Amino acid sequence: MTTHSESRSLLTPFNVVAGIIVMVGIVITGLRFFSGLSTVTNLDDNNPWGLWIGFDLLCGVALAAGGYVTSASCYIFGLKKYHSAVRPAILTAFLGYALVVFALHYDVGRPWRLPYPIFLSQGTTSLLFEVGLCVFMYLTVLLIEYSPAALEWLGYKKARNIIVRMTLALTILGVVLSTLHQSSLGALYIIAPSKLHPLWYSSYLPVFFFISSMFSGMSMVIFEGSLAHRYLHHKMDKTHLTESEGVVLGFAKAASFIMAGYVAIKVIGISADNNWHYLATPYGVWFLVELIGFVALPSFAYAIGVREKKIQLIRWTALWSVLGIVLNRLNISLIAFNWQLPTSERYFPSWMEIAISIFIVTIGVLVYRFVVNRMPILYEHPDYQEHHS
Amino acid sequence: MGLTRRDFLYGIGGVTSSFVTRKAFGATKSFSPHENSVGVLHDITRCIGCRKCEDACHQVNHLPDPKLSFSDLSVLNTVRRTHSDVYTVVNRFEVNGQSVFVKKQCNHCLEPACASACFVKAFKKEITGPVIYKESLCVGCRYCMIACPFNIPAYEYHNPFSPKVTKCTLCSDRLNQGLLPGCVDICPKEALVFGTRQHLINIARQRIDEHPERYIDHIYGEHEMGGTSWLYISGVKFSDIGMREDLGTISAPALTAGPLSAVPIVVGLWPVLLTGMYAISKRKEKIAEAEKAEAVKKAQRIMQEQMETKIAEVKSKSEKEKEAAIQKAVKQAVAGAEKKFQSEKSEIEEAKS
Ligand code: SF4
Ligand code: SF4
Ligand code: SF4
Repeated sequence: MTTHSESRSLLTPFNVVAGIIVMVGIVITGLRFFSGLSTVTNLDDNNPWGLWIGFDLLCGVALAAGGYVTSASCYIFGLKKYHSAVRPAILTAFLGYALVVFALHYDVGRPWRLPYPIFLSQGTTSLLFEVGLCVFMYLTVLLIEYSPAALEWLGYKKARNIIVRMTLALTILGVVLSTLHQSSLGALYIIAPSKLHPLWYSSYLPVFFFISSMFSGMSMVIFEGSLAHRYLHHKMDKTHLTESEGVVLGFAKAASFIMAGYVAIKVIGISADNNWHYLATPYGVWFLVELIGFVALPSFAYAIGVREKKIQLIRWTALWSVLGIVLNRLNISLIAFNWQLPTSERYFPSWMEIAISIFIVTIGVLVYRFVVNRMPILYEHPDYQEHHS
Repeated sequence: MGLTRRDFLYGIGGVTSSFVTRKAFGATKSFSPHENSVGVLHDITRCIGCRKCEDACHQVNHLPDPKLSFSDLSVLNTVRRTHSDVYTVVNRFEVNGQSVFVKKQCNHCLEPACASACFVKAFKKEITGPVIYKESLCVGCRYCMIACPFNIPAYEYHNPFSPKVTKCTLCSDRLNQGLLPGCVDICPKEALVFGTRQHLINIARQRIDEHPERYIDHIYGEHEMGGTSWLYISGVKFSDIGMREDLGTISAPALTAGPLSAVPIVVGLWPVLLTGMYAISKRKEKIAEAEKAEAVKKAQRIMQEQMETKIAEVKSKSEKEKEAAIQKAVKQAVAGAEKKFQSEKSEIEEAKS
């Protein structure tokens, strides 16, 4: 490509919008770090956790679950047809977790102390400690899992082969760490029974979070896949293209089952705590919107999509389910949290908090695009092709 | 008796000096404070809402002066909570046409949610009673604020470089010097009584028993969330004066014990199960492969057999054809010879005639 056409091709509408977001993000970043949290956020003493925890941390981690789900399907359950989906899923998971950690730097008061809980003073009674430790270790595992793509691109054959031989061990470690921190994120709220609405509070919260992370990961793989198909079709090799339909159908079917099971245990959760009477309140209606409108119905839509092989329906359902996960996490962290406070003391994010969240997602998309345009993610490197059957 | 401002000066030696030497922190998992740990009993029926305790708190903690002076009681028109520069507040509630004043600050829980939640152990329950915050460790995640059931810890959101969590310290430094907490020291109505927790419970019981018409039968803090070092007795329902009665008696560490105990199970069992699943899928794969190989072999065999019969067929066919050709040739030859013989014969006969 000549310099001229390159500079012209950079001025796409997408790039212009992304550029504006990044610039706004940088300005707010400056404000956040030089003038304090109160300048950019609506956080206060009653609402210490806002959008950056509810969306960036809780949703970020749940939506990055595609990494462990896909690699476990392929390498542990031996579903080889998912092989071409593993690399994109690992890449998104890695970027997702990296951005979660990045976002945490905005939220905590003294980000330079973030290594403290791991290296200096371990608060082992805290579930947040477990989350922190697991996220830190899993980020490392994901970096190693992702590295073969980078090493192939750079041409380091030997290092690449050593890491590929560790695949199984890494996958198992990844599943263990994911189980722990996905569930612990839910368990964070177990300490606050008096603040979270009873319909969402449950001693099963860790189980709910873990199970929902599975279908969250699957839906995200399908959703990302459809975006990649639209915009990065030229980067995909034949294996990827021929296998992708199988991945969509397989994950849709699995997600449909898991979502149905999730609805069932949520209902068990309500009966265990005998919270039926809350269903007749406005919060109850909202709870049903989440559970039926954003879990039960998509589960059903997935099932239809699979039976009638309607890929398009499945793709839209994936987006629907992803929104359902976002809704669930925001409900627990923001909407149903502090539900007893008067409206005037409730939290609503400031525009700058929203802008930073958008900024971070944008960085993720930009880095993803940079990587898949260069490294063997959506295709296999010709020197390292494996035999498929 | 518990200690108020007046009798404190006489009895000071006994209670605190024994603690000064025993400064060690409580154990990590169960914070189980010393049985002689101290606390404060707030007799809400005696409080007149003079806000002198707030003023004293500001003085002893060197907090910035508020906009409105402490003698300005119009502040009581709104219900307030603690903030980064306010460790204690007195609120007024109208109950049954009566004004009831109640002081609010950290309750110094026996098993503090904040300490249980902190992922760097920045909060410690000292065996002497106070729950103490160590600024030098705090990362500022604010999970302690999520965890505290009484909404006490506050954060310096405005401070960009060294934001702290703030809350009442039970004047731990003053206790070590043999002084009373600032608020207890100043309270003109003896609405605040300092002493060992056990002693305070006895006083509270006694007051309730002696004046059942004056008090409701509930010592707030005796069991709430596992018990607190600050205790309250009141003439009206606590839920009417901004104190939640639905907190239960289970302490924060007990609430989180379940999920925490799942960790070793996951770490121990998952790898075994997953390796097992891997082995199964590997075996399935192997069987499938063996079956495939078998099938391929079979197909090959059938192919070969078919081929052979075909070859044999072709062979026999070609042999037959060959034979036929020979026969044909012989026949032709014979026929030719016969013809020749006939024509020669006729030639001879012609010549004869
Ligand atoms: S009242 Fe809140 S801040 Fe004080 S010790 Fe208890 S949990 Fe911690
Ligand atoms: S804000 Fe500080 S004291 Fe509170 S939990 Fe986090 S690290 Fe601990
Ligand atoms: S100083 Fe005593 S009487 Fe005055 S407001 Fe405080 S607790 Fe109540």
